[in-house]
Amino acid sequence: MTKLARFSQSLTSGKLIVIGVPMAWFLLLVAIPLLIIMKISLSEMEATSVSKMISWTNGLPTLKLNFSNYQFIFSDALYVKTYISSIKYALITTLICLGIGYPFAYFMARAPKHIQPTLLMLIMLPFWTSFLLRIYAWKTLLVSNGVINNLLMSLHVINAPLDMMNNSFSLTIGMVYSYLPFMILPLYANLSKLDLRYLEAAADLGTSPFKAFWLITVPLSKAGIIAGSMLVFIPAVGEYVIPELLGGPSTLMIGRVLWDEFFSNNDWPMAAAVAVVMIALILVPMAILNRAEAKLEEA
Amino acid sequence: MRFLSNKHSAPTIKLMLALLFGITGLTIASCGQKTEDSAKSADTTPNAAAPATGEEEKILNIYNWSDYLAEDTIPNFEKETGIKVRYDIFDSNEILHAKMIAKNTGYDIVVPSSNWGKMQIDGGLIQKLDKSKLPNWKNLDPTVLAQLAQLDPGNEHLVDWLWSYTTVGINVDKVKTALGDMPMPENTWDLVFDPKYTSKLKSCGISMLDAPSEVFPIALRYVHKPEFSLVEADYKAAFDMLMKVRPDIKRFNSGGQIEDLASGNICVALGWAGDFNLARKRSIENKSEQNIEALVTKMGGYMFMDTMAIPTDAKHPNNAHKFINYVLDAKVHAGLTNAVTYANPNKAATEFVNPEIRNNKTIFLSDEDVKNLIPPGNVDNATRRIETRLYTQFKTGT
Repeated sequence: MTKLARFSQSLTSGKLIVIGVPMAWFLLLVAIPLLIIMKISLSEMEATSVSKMISWTNGLPTLKLNFSNYQFIFSDALYVKTYISSIKYALITTLICLGIGYPFAYFMARAPKHIQPTLLMLIMLPFWTSFLLRIYAWKTLLVSNGVINNLLMSLHVINAPLDMMNNSFSLTIGMVYSYLPFMILPLYANLSKLDLRYLEAAADLGTSPFKAFWLITVPLSKAGIIAGSMLVFIPAVGEYVIPELLGGPSTLMIGRVLWDEFFSNNDWPMAAAVAVVMIALILVPMAILNRAEAKLEEA
Repeated sequence: MRFLSNKHSAPTIKLMLALLFGITGLTIASCGQKTEDSAKSADTTPNAAAPATGEEEKILNIYNWSDYLAEDTIPNFEKETGIKVRYDIFDSNEILHAKMIAKNTGYDIVVPSSNWGKMQIDGGLIQKLDKSKLPNWKNLDPTVLAQLAQLDPGNEHLVDWLWSYTTVGINVDKVKTALGDMPMPENTWDLVFDPKYTSKLKSCGISMLDAPSEVFPIALRYVHKPEFSLVEADYKAAFDMLMKVRPDIKRFNSGGQIEDLASGNICVALGWAGDFNLARKRSIENKSEQNIEALVTKMGGYMFMDTMAIPTDAKHPNNAHKFINYVLDAKVHAGLTNAVTYANPNKAATEFVNPEIRNNKTIFLSDEDVKNLIPPGNVDNATRRIETRLYTQFKTGT
């Protein structure tokens, strides 16, 4: 059969529509915007507009590419340092979420079947309140004359208010709080499918429950751990709102640097370049983890 | 995303995840909702292309600073003219400027500070005013007009809404306690720029504006350099001075100083005089025990005027002129000052301003104090980058 014939056959079988819809979605809302951002990152900022990449002289097009933005990113330590600090906070958030989320998901998966939907609903419940409101609520809890400090002072646990706001502590709390459900849900999905007979067999053969957990449950839930970690890590790197509201001057993340390029410096091409580098930074760990998962599925 | 489609996950979970993402997306999107709505409705109006001489539809879209309006300003205008007003707010020039550059803001009146307004005029984003439609123009104070004309020659584009200046605001009692037997400094700016004072005031909290373009002119003058210098070394000198007080600064923000002062979270702020008076007014109204005061400095602060302007692509320029003329009415302009404790540029309005505000020498400055202020100015894009870069480094303290 020729390729063309096969192609037309797939058309009739409706495959094209099934694949075409998500492909069109991807092209329109991911690939094209990304290309536009890359294009802007290679142009220059004029007073109140972005320079044109292709200019026409005597009917001939001249292509002007400007790579200086990328050079600048790697020549100024600010950007590299901020990328590193963004990845650091995203990693810390991911690890804490995993530490809290795993036992959470584990007990949810082991809970009686009829109350599991309720437990799931409880995880979702906070999302009925606006994200901004929930972050702002942390502010009222953590400030020096806030709920926690006032309570501790009235109980005479502390004499002076604790400094919990606008530093890495408040930032980490806000990030972990916001992203925890994204860790729990894939882990729960995975753990609830765990075949309990493996554990019974292990117990029959004399393995302690603790050892069985590390030898059986954890390796089998690897796919859930990877999925949850990606769901937390990727958005956490570029997070802007939480560091703005709960972070302090010492917790600079790349989202704020992007804001400064775009708004304070009024330099759209530079802002675009910073964003492109950030996407590249996220794609690398994602590709590694994705490959690890693909191997897992083959096995 | 491949990791979502692994065979272990149940379909219900996928649905829930999708929901989760959907909801988060929605909440974030809804922050910008208000603005988009009005912009959209302005775009789709049938009369959008109506000639300026013809009758415009009765709609006016305004984009102004937060906390900057009297309760009756808009309702009275709507009653008087039958024009329906959509009023959106912002809290930084940077945000307004980015919208202006992207064009099609959908707004008929925007209120940039005059130095940003100048950039927008130069970029062709603001249209000339038709003064024949502004009979109340005669109310404007010639000295303020002259100040503004330095950026907008002939006063052809910008009309001052209200004005104030950047200065030091303090919580009088807390500062006195923190300083102990130390007297107040000769130069008030020492309170925020001299480690001798900041190291003591650290205990009750120092806050600075999160706006390099407003702090640097003052810091430059403090280290005896030109306020709008284009020389990188001058900015380095100001930066070195700032870094010495960095360990003592608690917070950098612009919108939250009113709340922070009024609630006693900070005791010294480098910020807007108008906001300090507003914080004072609020803490009196709330019967909180904080005694807030704006200080007038001999060295001078940075004067800023927030100016009304009509974007070039405004759909309702006639209504915009009507609104500007309405604001310039003596009673309306006085109402604004009474509500938000910022000075107005309206000579005829003075008699309608409440006496305690009119006689407040930190709101309506004496002629000599006005002369001491740094008039609004501007720097080029390259220098702006230096400012932002150094200020970021200053904030992180490394």
